[in-house]
Amino acid sequence: MNVHVAGNDVGTKTLAIVGALKGLEGPLLPILHEIQAEFGYVPQESLPIIAQELNLSRAEVHGVVTFYHDYRDHPAGRHVLKLCRAEACQSMGGDDIAARVKALLGIDFHQTTLDGAVTLEPVYCLGLCSCAPSAMLDGEVHGRLDADLAAELVAEARR
Amino acid sequence: MTVRLYVPRDAAALALGADRVAKKLAEEAAGRGIDITIVRNGSRGMHWLEPLVEVETAAGRIAYGPVKPSDVAGLLDAGLIEGKAHPLCLGKTEEIAFLRNQTRLTFARCGVTDPLSLADYKAHGGLLGLEKAIAMAPADIVKEVTDSGLRGRGGAGFPTGIKWKTVLEAPGEKKYIVCNADEGDSGTFADRMIMEGDPFVLIEGMAIAGLATGATKGYVYTRSEYPHAIAAMSDAIDIARAAGILGPSVLGSGKAFDMEIRTGAGAYVCGEETALLNSLEGKRGVVRAKPPLPALQGFLGRPTVVNNVISLASVPVVMEKGAAYYRDFGMGRSRGTIPIQIAGNVKHGGLYETAFGLTLGEIVDAIGGGTASGRPVRAVQVGGPLGAYFPRALFDTPFDYEAFAAKDGLIGHAGITVFDDTVDMLKQARFAMEFCAVESCGKCTPCRIGSTRGVETADKIAEGIEPEKNRALLTDLCNTMKFGSLCALGGFTPYPVMSAMTHFPEDFSPAPIAQAAE
Repeated sequence: MNVHVAGNDVGTKTLAIVGALKGLEGPLLPILHEIQAEFGYVPQESLPIIAQELNLSRAEVHGVVTFYHDYRDHPAGRHVLKLCRAEACQSMGGDDIAARVKALLGIDFHQTTLDGAVTLEPVYCLGLCSCAPSAMLDGEVHGRLDADLAAELVAEARR
Repeated sequence: MTVRLYVPRDAAALALGADRVAKKLAEEAAGRGIDITIVRNGSRGMHWLEPLVEVETAAGRIAYGPVKPSDVAGLLDAGLIEGKAHPLCLGKTEEIAFLRNQTRLTFARCGVTDPLSLADYKAHGGLLGLEKAIAMAPADIVKEVTDSGLRGRGGAGFPTGIKWKTVLEAPGEKKYIVCNADEGDSGTFADRMIMEGDPFVLIEGMAIAGLATGATKGYVYTRSEYPHAIAAMSDAIDIARAAGILGPSVLGSGKAFDMEIRTGAGAYVCGEETALLNSLEGKRGVVRAKPPLPALQGFLGRPTVVNNVISLASVPVVMEKGAAYYRDFGMGRSRGTIPIQIAGNVKHGGLYETAFGLTLGEIVDAIGGGTASGRPVRAVQVGGPLGAYFPRALFDTPFDYEAFAAKDGLIGHAGITVFDDTVDMLKQARFAMEFCAVESCGKCTPCRIGSTRGVETADKIAEGIEPEKNRALLTDLCNTMKFGSLCALGGFTPYPVMSAMTHFPEDFSPAPIAQAAE
């Protein structure tokens, strides 16, 4: 999904997405979600088009995009591994799992492996607090992680 | 004759391999020529037993768990289809003590029914509350909810009926019901479970709220971290609309109500109702100053009910069985039942719905069974990342809004996170400040700056730099944040910090540097 596309294409697709959703009450977040689903990130070229179509200033759109953790300004790796860092996962050794995953991938949170395979992100709660520590790999949830399961997840993400 | 098997589709079950178990069951049964139907139900809430497989027999549903894909062949060999014995067999589901001792009102159907079968929903008492509400005047519905004593289950504990009354009486052409499903607190998952396991009950609750207040549009604002809940809710809304539960004439009443699901974008503060409204409007999730109250000027400046998922999902049973029935459960000013979420380092983690009034010790030791690690329980955090840490000495505190407030804590969204004796409470206090710094919306200074200074001060204590002075500074900072912040994020972050310092002072003493200096 995370392919670089030519500027023109971004413009056309952005316009189509905004056109389809701008009738909603409070359309900006649904539009940004759709744009990120389309391009894998929110391209800078999309912002002035969204601003114009919604009758907002470009600064307002920029302000919204940068407020939320979910929106990316550049493509992620082919796989996104999210590790829960919140209290329930901490109570079950989540910190150790995080350290191990970072070591296996050779990256820190918010970074992508050099081969572009995996982006590692912290997440504050997946609602899997009764089967901690938990993680999400490309939308698939995983619970009761231990060192072996964490290594398996990393191997899966590497593929 | 086809045999009905149940394998949950709840995210907790999926995280433990439920999809693989369901697939293996289908394959193995086909290979043996056994005719089965696999229902993907919600979770019963016994998460240490997930994936929990149930089979419907003449004697009732028999449970097996936790089931791994590799167990499936052996289970079928042992006679799973007839509910026969196996080391993983737990007997009749309803008779498992954890489930049997609960009072399930809001979660009555969760784990029992097929979440997306309207027929199943109706067969288990669904829509009776809405049908009753349709025959009543709006003010009478509001009175019923007020009389039930139902209070906001999101954490603030504000009486739901009073909020509805304000919106009912507010002038306005268009009004809204906004369901706060932005369940970001660690240790909580009740909203997620109801959306995945019984989405129609939330739709029914919102429709009743619409009839009661004159609102015609509803939004469920949930988290991007909950893809399974989003999918289940979206499907359920489509089904409800097709069946005439939602639309221009709710169940033929002539009154309109429709709803949509909206997804957040990873901002914890959007669980605060005014930040949520800004986010829903497509703005930065910045907290609004109150007044004006959202009930008068909420979404797009119009009168808006903002209620938590569990508050709204509890309304159908209140309407169906009456205010008195619901009010008879509980203690003091905490009426009805509360779905307690037992999480973290605990043997029997999951969801336990019960009347208010159990003590914290009963919940953690008797129901939760102590820690998963087998080590002693040292601290439990009640109410999410903004909730206080309780030591064993306070385990006699009854689960009740006022009782927890009296001990400088809160029950919040009723999540309990258990920690064993390896926990470092200074580290937990620092994390509370760090989390607040990451998630602060930035509008008010105590929260925005205070949280960062809090992290630095906690670090200084850990390094043994002027510990006494820095402990005093941290206390002072907490005081400023508590009373000076605009919303609960900055205002309640001091709870975990101060409770850690008060109840576990030994962790705030600077051993390392002093020793190193000798």
